[in-house]
Amino acid sequence: MENKNLKDEQFRIVGCDDVEGERLGRPQTTYWKDAWRRLRQNHLAMFAMVLLLVIIFLTIFGPAISGYSYEKMSADMNQTPSLKHWFGTDSLGRDLFARVWAGGRVSIIIGVVGAVITTVIGCIYGSISAFAGGRTDSVMMRIVEIISSIPYLIVVILLSLMLDDSGIGSILLALCIVGWCPTARLVRGQILQLANAEYVTAAKTLGVSNWKIITRHMLPNTMSVVIVNLTFRIPGYIFSESFLSYVGLGIKTPDTSWGMLAAGAQGSMFFYPYQLLFPALMIGLTMLSFTLFGDGLRDALDPKLRR
Amino acid sequence: MKKYVLKRILYMLFVLLVVTTITYFLMHCIPGDPLTALVQKLPEQTKANYYAKYGLDKPVWEQFLLFLKGIFTEGTLGESIRYPGRQVLDVLKKYSVSSGQIGVTAVAIGFLLGIMLGVVSALKRNKLPDKLISLIAILGVSIPVFVVASVLQFVFTVKIPILPTMGWGSPKHMVLPILCMSLSPLATYTRYMRSSVLDVVNQDYITMAEAKGMSFGMIVRRHILRNSILPSLTILGPNVADVFCGSFIIESIFSIPGLGGYYITAVTDRDFPMIIGSTMFYTGIYILALLIVDILYVVIDPRIRLSETK
Repeated sequence: MENKNLKDEQFRIVGCDDVEGERLGRPQTTYWKDAWRRLRQNHLAMFAMVLLLVIIFLTIFGPAISGYSYEKMSADMNQTPSLKHWFGTDSLGRDLFARVWAGGRVSIIIGVVGAVITTVIGCIYGSISAFAGGRTDSVMMRIVEIISSIPYLIVVILLSLMLDDSGIGSILLALCIVGWCPTARLVRGQILQLANAEYVTAAKTLGVSNWKIITRHMLPNTMSVVIVNLTFRIPGYIFSESFLSYVGLGIKTPDTSWGMLAAGAQGSMFFYPYQLLFPALMIGLTMLSFTLFGDGLRDALDPKLRR
Repeated sequence: MKKYVLKRILYMLFVLLVVTTITYFLMHCIPGDPLTALVQKLPEQTKANYYAKYGLDKPVWEQFLLFLKGIFTEGTLGESIRYPGRQVLDVLKKYSVSSGQIGVTAVAIGFLLGIMLGVVSALKRNKLPDKLISLIAILGVSIPVFVVASVLQFVFTVKIPILPTMGWGSPKHMVLPILCMSLSPLATYTRYMRSSVLDVVNQDYITMAEAKGMSFGMIVRRHILRNSILPSLTILGPNVADVFCGSFIIESIFSIPGLGGYYITAVTDRDFPMIIGSTMFYTGIYILALLIVDILYVVIDPRIRLSETK
């Protein structure tokens, strides 16, 4: 078959020799780089992350920016938001902008630290239980079962009363004493599941040492689940703290937190709605951002679960 | 099946006993007692008489044994220290009615609506209904109940005063509290249901059912719902308890005479018999909810029944 339009040189092999075939097409990525790339593509999660960073920045520097002390009273009582007081003032003439961010400090510290501590305890407990197996495992899991049969908030209320001094420390302790149970269960389940995974069996067959299996397979695969769980727990702790402070069993004056600010503003809600609006908005925004960010992180770290 | 339920009930009673014991001793570790909470200066002799009357002068373990004896021999949980003459059981009966009405209705609405929304959201995946429902769900998960309550109260008092925002008595009073309390369970179930339905719709048996020519409604009811409802059922138990705990806030905001508000008062008053009574009540409900869920599990999923009888 003869075709005038096709010339021989069009059929030359261009740039495909054996050496080129071995070249890596793109730079190798690690698991975490890959996850970060996926996370960056999720606009909602990135937006939540930026929002969180802004909120955290303001809780650190907000009181200083406002130029007022969060506990100093003045004669300007119940002022509506203005250029002088950005969020207005409360019934004792304290600047609400300073108070909201000072309270945010307490709320966020409790949320983050509480979640980190319970996650660490849960990881240790869960992995010991999974590795020990047998009777130790079942006794340890029975203990978890009994602890989680007590309604969570009731324990927290009783403990926070018992520890009495109502600082951040005692509330954290009360939240942490019972909070580690779900994480322990999660980690135990994950490790047991991994121990039976094909690639772990394969690694064992190939003679990989136990230590290397733990660091190479167990840890990275558990990490993603644990980190996602951590992100979802933080809003839970922020809520628990605000709940406790709201019913008057948490942080006590002169310290403040979002829950306390909201509780304080509840009574005069019909006259000064802005006093309730700002702390409530901050609690809502923070919890929303953590939830959205957690969703994004789960999708990024575990593409199998992607919806 | 009978043996399984019996075993679970025995285990439940054991857990209740353990929890009661722990709470009893925890409670007595709280600084202060009913007298110090009254903040009154009383002569030493009066104090001593008072402690003797309620057995507070005895060691804690002896008080605990007396308390247990009271339960088993007379079926009583003791008498309130703060309000002499009020039996703890009567208080529980009286106040738990309103809490129960709101709580149960809220969970039921949240569960049913959440399941429906979750299924719709998953079947209309990435279309407008899904996006709308997901938005509602994520807002419901992340906005604290007292914020919702305050906003609703503000709207219905100032803007459109058609519903009462305070008090208790008529069915109208129940609307707003139930709305507030059902929001968070609704959001949780929607999220759970959406992800489990997405798991199920790609299974072979769904394709098989379609190939057999089964109608869409039948597939949803027979195959999709039955197989995807399990994760939501698992959290139904803890959720019941959460809603009861959430009632602490809701009841105080809407001034409803319920157990939640009473519990907080009992705690601040150091009214020991009331605290232990309500704690037992809450724990009992919680464990009972877990038990019912376990039984439902077996009823709904034949695979679990099989492994149970093996």
